[in-house]
Amino acid sequence: MSNQEVQTIIATDCGSTTTKAILIEKVGNEYRQLVRGEAPTTVEAPFEDVTKGVLNAIMELEELATEYYKTDAAKNSKFYNKPRKFVENEQVLRKDPAKETGDGCDIYISTSSAGGGLQMMVFGVVKGMTAESAQRAALGAGAIVMDTLAINDGRLPHEKIERIRALRPDMILIAGETDQAKPKHVIGMAELVKSARPTARLGLGYALPVIYAGNQRAQEEIKNILEKDTALSIVPNLRPTLEKENLRPASDKIHDLFMEHVMQQAPGYDKLMKWTDAPIMPTPGAVGLIINKIAVMQNKNVVGVDIGGATTDVFSTFKLEDRDGKVHQKFNRTVSANLGMSYSVSNVLLEAGLDNIMRWVPFEMNEQELRNRIGNKMIRPTTIPQSKEDLDIEQAISREALRLSFIQHRAFAVGLKGIQQEKGISEAFASGSTSDSIVNMMKLDLLVGSGGVLSHAPLRSQSAHMLVDSFLPEGITELAVDSIFMMPQLGVLSEVKRPGCDQAAMEVFDKDCLIHLAISICPVGIAKDGKNVVRVKADLPDGTKLNEWITANQLLRYDLSHDDEVEFEIEPAAGFDIGEGKGKKIVKKLKGGVVGLIIDTRGRPFNLAKDTKNRVELLQKWDISKNYKPKSHRDGV
Amino acid sequence: MAHAYTPGLKVAARTVIEKTRKLPLLGQVLVKKGDKIPAQTIVAKTELPGKVYPINVAGQLGLGKANELIDCMLKKEGDVVKNGEIVAQSKGFFGFFKSDYKAPIDGTITQVSHITGQVIFNAPAIPVEIDAYVDGEVKEEIPSEGVVMKTEGVHIQGIIGLGGETCGVIKMVADAPDKIVDIGMITEELKGKVIVCGSKITTDALAKAGKIGVAGVITGGFDYQDIKDILGTDLGVAITGHEDIGYTLILTEGFGTIPMADRTFKLLKKYEGFKASINGATQIRAGVMRPEIIVVHDHQTEDTTHKNYAQSGLEKGDQIRIIRAPYFGKLGKVISLPVELHKVESGTWVRVMMAEIDGKEVLVPRANVEVIEK
Repeated sequence: MSNQEVQTIIATDCGSTTTKAILIEKVGNEYRQLVRGEAPTTVEAPFEDVTKGVLNAIMELEELATEYYKTDAAKNSKFYNKPRKFVENEQVLRKDPAKETGDGCDIYISTSSAGGGLQMMVFGVVKGMTAESAQRAALGAGAIVMDTLAINDGRLPHEKIERIRALRPDMILIAGETDQAKPKHVIGMAELVKSARPTARLGLGYALPVIYAGNQRAQEEIKNILEKDTALSIVPNLRPTLEKENLRPASDKIHDLFMEHVMQQAPGYDKLMKWTDAPIMPTPGAVGLIINKIAVMQNKNVVGVDIGGATTDVFSTFKLEDRDGKVHQKFNRTVSANLGMSYSVSNVLLEAGLDNIMRWVPFEMNEQELRNRIGNKMIRPTTIPQSKEDLDIEQAISREALRLSFIQHRAFAVGLKGIQQEKGISEAFASGSTSDSIVNMMKLDLLVGSGGVLSHAPLRSQSAHMLVDSFLPEGITELAVDSIFMMPQLGVLSEVKRPGCDQAAMEVFDKDCLIHLAISICPVGIAKDGKNVVRVKADLPDGTKLNEWITANQLLRYDLSHDDEVEFEIEPAAGFDIGEGKGKKIVKKLKGGVVGLIIDTRGRPFNLAKDTKNRVELLQKWDISKNYKPKSHRDGV
Repeated sequence: MAHAYTPGLKVAARTVIEKTRKLPLLGQVLVKKGDKIPAQTIVAKTELPGKVYPINVAGQLGLGKANELIDCMLKKEGDVVKNGEIVAQSKGFFGFFKSDYKAPIDGTITQVSHITGQVIFNAPAIPVEIDAYVDGEVKEEIPSEGVVMKTEGVHIQGIIGLGGETCGVIKMVADAPDKIVDIGMITEELKGKVIVCGSKITTDALAKAGKIGVAGVITGGFDYQDIKDILGTDLGVAITGHEDIGYTLILTEGFGTIPMADRTFKLLKKYEGFKASINGATQIRAGVMRPEIIVVHDHQTEDTTHKNYAQSGLEKGDQIRIIRAPYFGKLGKVISLPVELHKVESGTWVRVMMAEIDGKEVLVPRANVEVIEK
C-alpha cells in the first residue's frame, strides 16, 4: 500500500434502495466533500450485480465533478476546467501518478447494507448478562439482531430450535459464562444450535458461520459439537468476568466473516471486494465508528440516530465513571429492525398506535384515510411527499418512529448487569427500564440526526423540530444533522490506514457532513399554563435582546448562527432545572446553528395526547418553521 | 446521468416467463430438462428435519452428575426409538429403586451429552415437495435444488398480496374496473375460481368468498384497516405469502378504493375461463417480490415485446401512473423531463416531470410515478 498522502477519495454506500457515492478531495490544505451522486442499487434482478449501481453512482459523480471544476469555486484548483473521469472499462479508475489529468482516484472504499444488511442471531446463557453482551457485540459490528436466545428467555428448548430454523440468519454468535465458570450451560446452547441444523440465508449448501465467544474452558467441547456442521470460529470470551466486557475480538470476527462469507454470497460483491482499498463495512457499523470517534475527540456525550426506510439505528457514547473513579466513554448501538419510514412505516403505526401518530398531525384528518396513506407508502416505499399535508403526515410518523427507537435504546444502554452496585435511596425507588440507562438526557451534549426524513427535510427547522419532539432533550443540547447522509462513508474512511484518510474523515465530518442546527434550551419540570418557566438573558447578533420570563407551553426559535458565540444567562423558575439543579442559574457562552436558538418550555416529561384540547391550534403555535427563513434552499449545504 | 426511474408493475399480454422452483434444503430433482409438464407436477422433493425434543434425561433420572448419564443409556446416538420405549435407566441403590426414562416420541436419538445430561430426540423427517406452478417446459435443472420452468403467457404483477401459490379458472365478478364488489355478487358457483373485482371488494364479500372456497381474489383496492379482519392482526411489514387464509388475495393498485388499471382489467377479462397461476407473496424490502398472476396461452397478441425501462429510463410519451397524493391512482403520460431540480408544494427540491393527467399539465416528482410496463 502506498504511503503517499491521498488527494482524491471516492466512497460509496450500497443501501437497500440507493447506492450513494461521494467525492472527497484535498482543496488547499483541507479535505472537502465536493459532489455526491446516486443511482438505484442493483443487487436484485434484472442486474443482480451490485457493481452496476456503484458504477452508475460514480458516473453521476464524474459528471457533477466535471461541472464543479468549471465553476469559480474551483478556479485555483489544478483540475479547473478539466474533465474528471472515475470510471473506465467498467471499473473504478485509479490515478496514474505519472499523469496530471485529474482522472481516477487514490482510494475507493465502500459500506453496504444492501440485501437486508447483516442479519444475526445471538446466544447467551443469562438474558440480562452474557446474552446482552453478545447482543451489544453484534449490534456494535453493524448487525441486525434477529433474535437473542438465552437459557432464561422463557422459551422451551424445542421452541428455540424452531426459531433458529425459521429465521435463517447470516451468522450466529454464541456467548455465555465467565471464564471462571465450570462449562455447562453454554455447551447446552451449542447443542441446541447443532440440533437445529441451521442453514444460512444466502447460498444453499454452504456452512453457516458460527462465532463462539463464551467460556474459554468450553472451547474444546464446542469444537466437538459444532465444528463438523458449521463454519466455526473461536474468539476470546466477550464477558471473561462479570465486571468486564471484551467485545472487540467478537466484533472484529463478525466483520471478517461478513466479508468472507456473507458478502461472497451477495450478487457482485466478490467483484466489489476486489475494487475497494479497505474491507467493506456494514453501513451501521461505519456510522457507529464515526459517531464514537467524534464523541471521543470532542470529549462529549453524543447521541446519533439514523432513520432509514426499514430500520432505525440509535448510537450513543456517554462518559461513565467506574468503581475506581476513572472516566471512560461507553458506546452503545441499537437497531429497531422494524421502525422505519417506508418499508416498515406500517409497523410504526402498529407499534405506536394511530392516536400517537395523529397527535402530531397539525390538521384534522379521517383515520381510514390516514391508514390507507400509510399502507400505500409501505407498498410504494420510494415515493416522496409532494403536498404539504403529506409531508406533515410523514414527519408525524417519524416523530413516533424516533421516539420508540430511542426508548428501546435507552432501555438497552445500561451498565453491565450482574455486578454488585451500591444504590442510593432515590435510585432504589426509581423503577422502569430507562431509569438505569446511561443515556442521561441532562448530560447529553450533542444530538445528531441522519436519514432521509431528517437529512432531506425541506427546511432544517423541521429537522430540529422533529429531533426536539421525539428525543425531548433536557437542559442545554446541541442539535445537528448529517447534511446528505455521508456518515457511513466517513466511518469506513476513518479506518483506512493511509496518510490523510483519518484527517479527511474528521475534516469532512466537521465542515461538510455535520450541519449544526441549533442550541436547544429545555428546562426540566412540570409546565403549567401561564406560569413562568425560564428567563433567558442574551444579546443576539441580529439585535434581539432577550431578558423576559418565558411562560409554560411554548416552543420558540431565534436566529443565532454557529459562527456567533453569545453569553447566555439562563435562570430557571423554582421547580425547573437547566442542568445545575432546580432553580439554579447558568451563565454560559453558546453557539447556535442554521436554525438558531430553540427554547422549549413545554416541560419534561412532555406528553402530548391526541385528545389534547386545541391540539391543532397548539401544533400550529409550536411550528418553529413559520418564521424561519433559510439562507438557501439547502440551508447552505 | 443515472436514471431516476421507478420500476413499474408488469402488465404483459404475452411474455416469456421463467420461474425458479427451489427446495428450502438440498434434495432430489424429479424432472429433466426439456420435459413439458403441467403446473401440478411435482418437480423436486426433500425432507425437512423433524421436530426436536431436547430432554434433560440426567435430571429426569435424578442423577447426581451429568456425566453419569452415558452409563445409564440403553440406547445410543443414531438409534431409532419408539414412543414409550425405555431409553435410559438409573443404576439404582444396590440394584433396587431404578428409574426409567421412556422415549417421548417415535424417532431417533441424535445426541447424548455427558456435560449437560441432555438427550436430543428427533422426530421423523417431514417430506416437502414443490410443484411446477405453471404449465410449461423445464428449461434448466438446478442439481439437488430444483428447476427453472419456462412458459409464455400473460404476466401481471400486483402491488401487494396475501396467501401463497394457487391455481384457478378466471371469473370476472365486476363488469367494470371501477366497480365495488359487494356480498350480493359472491355466489356458490365461484368455488375454486380466481375472481376478478374492480376498485374494491367489501370485507363481508371477501369473507363470503373465503367461506365458499374461491381460490383467489384479484382487486384494484382494499382498505388497509380491513386487513386486520382477514388476518386477525395488523400488517406491520410487507412480507407476506405465508398467511393461512384459505385463498390468495392480490391488490393490483393499492389501499383504498382504486379502480383497477384498465389494461389489467381488460387482459383478465380477455382470458376469463383460462387457468391462472397466482401467488400473493410480497416482499418489498431486500429482494423486491410482488404478487403475480400468470395465464399460460399461445395466442398472438399485439405486444409480445416490452421496452426495457430499466436500461433506457423514462421518455416523453411514456404511459405512467401516479402513486402518491395529490394525484394518487391517476393515469397519464410524460410530457417533459426537466433536468434541473424543482420545488414542490411540500417545499422539497426534487427531480420532476411534467405530465398530462385528465387533460391538464401538472408537475409531479419523478419518484411518485411508475411507468406502466407492457
